[in-house]
Amino acid sequence: MGTTTPMRFRQAIVSALADEMRADSTVMLFGEDVAEAEGPFKTSEGLLTEFGPLRIRDTPISEMGFTGAAVGAAIMGMKPVVEIMFMEFLGVALDQLVTEAAKMRYLSNGKLSVPMVVRASVGSGLGFGCQHSQTLENWVAATPGLKVVCPSDAQAAYSLMRASIQDPDPVMILEPRILYAERGDVDTSLVLPIGKARVLRKGSDITVVALGQMVNVSRSAIEKSGLDVELIDLATVVPWDRETVLTSVKKTGRLVVVEEAPKSGGWGSEIVAAATSELFSQLKGAPFRITTPDVPVPYSGVLEARFVPTADDVARQLTESLKSGTTPKSWWELEGLK
Amino acid sequence: MSAELKRRKAVQEDAVAQYERMIEIREFEEQINGLFAAGSIRGTTHLCLGQEALAVGLASVLRPTDIVSATYRGHGIALALGLSPEAVLGEIMGKTIGCCGGVGGSMHLSNMELGLLPTSAIIGGGMPVAAGAALSFQVRKTDDVAVAVFGDGATNIGAFHETLNLAAIWNLPVIFICDNNVYGEYSRINLTTPLEDLHMRADSYKMPHFSLDGMDIGAVQKGVTEAVNRARSGGGPTLIEAKTYRFAGHSRADQALYRPEGELEKWQKRDPIKVTEESLVASGALNADKIAKIKSDMKTTIEKVVATCQASPEPSLASMFQNIFTPAKVGR
Repeated sequence: MGTTTPMRFRQAIVSALADEMRADSTVMLFGEDVAEAEGPFKTSEGLLTEFGPLRIRDTPISEMGFTGAAVGAAIMGMKPVVEIMFMEFLGVALDQLVTEAAKMRYLSNGKLSVPMVVRASVGSGLGFGCQHSQTLENWVAATPGLKVVCPSDAQAAYSLMRASIQDPDPVMILEPRILYAERGDVDTSLVLPIGKARVLRKGSDITVVALGQMVNVSRSAIEKSGLDVELIDLATVVPWDRETVLTSVKKTGRLVVVEEAPKSGGWGSEIVAAATSELFSQLKGAPFRITTPDVPVPYSGVLEARFVPTADDVARQLTESLKSGTTPKSWWELEGLK
Repeated sequence: MSAELKRRKAVQEDAVAQYERMIEIREFEEQINGLFAAGSIRGTTHLCLGQEALAVGLASVLRPTDIVSATYRGHGIALALGLSPEAVLGEIMGKTIGCCGGVGGSMHLSNMELGLLPTSAIIGGGMPVAAGAALSFQVRKTDDVAVAVFGDGATNIGAFHETLNLAAIWNLPVIFICDNNVYGEYSRINLTTPLEDLHMRADSYKMPHFSLDGMDIGAVQKGVTEAVNRARSGGGPTLIEAKTYRFAGHSRADQALYRPEGELEKWQKRDPIKVTEESLVASGALNADKIAKIKSDMKTTIEKVVATCQASPEPSLASMFQNIFTPAKVGR
C-alpha cells in the first residue's frame, strides 16, 4: 500500500514526475521555463534541484524543435516528457506528434517504440482569452498511434501521469489548467491504466460521461438534480473505455455526454454514436451531448462562465430529459442565439 | 553479422566497394521509372541520381550505431547505409519483402540495425528527431552521433531553425547535412532563398559550418569526418552544405523543364560516378575493363532484384492493423 496524501492537482503532477524519475533514470523533462522557473504553473517544482540540468531542461520557445527532440530521444531509449505551456502552442509542433511520433512504429515495421509524453495545459475558466483557453483534444483524437488522456482530479493526475510515462507509445496528457490548484487525496499506489474509465458515482437513471473539468461540473449537477445518475470520468479519450461506458448505458438506458469543447466535431459524438448504434434497442431515450457553443472562448468573465457547461444547465438538461423523454435544447437555443 | 551489416562494413573499408555501391544506386534509380510505367510502383518516387557520392561518402564514415534521419529522397542513402536492394525496392513496390513490409512505400525506408530512422516525407520533419537522438547520446554519455540529411528547401522551414538553435545551445552531437541539389521541389533555390551558400545560416547559431563538393566522394568523406570527430569528442553540432545536383526532376511526374538550358549538362560533366572512376583509375585500383565488368554485373544484379521483388507476395490485410501501438506491458 502506498500512502494517501492530500495535495493539489499540480503537486500530484510534480510527485508523479519525481517518482517516475527516481524509478527510471531514462525519464527526463523539458519545455519552456520548466527548469529554473519550475514551470509556469509550478508543475515541476523542485525537479531541477533533485535531478539536475541533464534531465530537467529549459528549452527555447520552439515547440516543434523540442517536441521533435523528444521523438528522437524516445526512439533512442529515453523517456522524455515535454511540457507545452498552453495546448494551443502545440499547433506549431503538431507535425512532430501526429506525423512523426505517432507513425514511427508503423513506419519501422514494428521495430521502434516512441515512449514519450506530451503534457499540455488546457481549458477555459481563467480569463486567458480564446488563444489560451481551448481544450483541443479533438485535434489529436483522430490519430492512430497516439493515446490521449485527461485527468479530472489530483489522484487521476498522479496515476495517469505515471501510467503515461510508463507507456511504450506516445501519450498526450491534457491538464485542465483550472484544476491545478484543486486539492484531493492521492494514493500513490493506485494504478489507473490508460484506456480505463472511472465510475465515480453509481446510479440507475442516466449515465453521464464527462472529461476533465466537466467531471466536477457534472458531479455538482447531479447533486443539484437529486437524480440517481451514474457518473463516469472517461479519463482516456483515445483509446476510450467502451466496455465501462456501454455496460453502464445498457444498465441505465440513457446517456448524456458533457464536453468542454465546441458542439461540432467533439469526442462525445463518437461515444453517442457507439451507444446509439450498438445499444439502440435497449435505450430509453436518445443519447445527447452537452457542449460549448460553436464559438471561440470569450474573454469577459460573464461570457466565459456561461460559455462552458455549468452545473445548473447540466442539472436542467438531465431533469428535463428524464421528465419529457426528449432531448433538451441548449442554453443558447433557449436564448434564441444561433 | 547480418548480410546488411556486411554490406555496410564493405563501404566502410574499401574504396572500390564504395564505387560499386554508387553504381548500384545509379542502376537502381534508373530502373524506377520503367517499373513505374509498367505499373509495379504507385504513388510517387523521388530519385537521387547525381547525389550518390554524398550517400556513400556519409555511409563510409559513420558507424552503424550512429543515427541518420533522412528524407523521402532516400533510396540512395538507404542502399548506401547497407539496406539490401530487395528491402528498398520491395518497399517501393509495396511488397512484403520491403523493409516496412510494404505499408510504408518509397518515402519511408528504415533499418535500425544500420542506424536509419524511418525517412520522413515532411520537409524538415527528421531534423528535430535527429537532434533528439543526439540528446539521448548526450544524456547516456555514449560517443555515437546523429546525422540529419535534408534538402536545400528545408533551410526555409521552421524545423531547421528551431533544431539548429536547440542543438547549438545544448551542444548536441549532431551533424546537419544540407544536400543542396539546387532545386526545392520545382523551384530553383535562388527563387526561394536570399543566399547562395546555405551553410552561412549556421552563423546565426554560432555553429561551425562549411560547404563541400558533394560530387566528390573524397571531399564528402573529409568534411563529414571533421564534423563527426567534433561531435564525438563533445565539440557539438556542425552544419555542412554539400553542393550537389539533382539529375532527375523532383518526383515521378516532373520532367524538370524549368531548368536553364545547359545547367544539367554542366553538372553532368562532374557526375560523381565519373569523378570517382577517374580517381580510382589514377590510383590504379580500377581500369576500363574492371569498370565495364562492375557495371555489367550490377545490371544483372539489379535485374535479379527486380524479379525477386516482383515475385514477393502482396501484404496481408492483417498487416494493415499491425505496428500501430507497442504490445501491452503494464508497469515497468
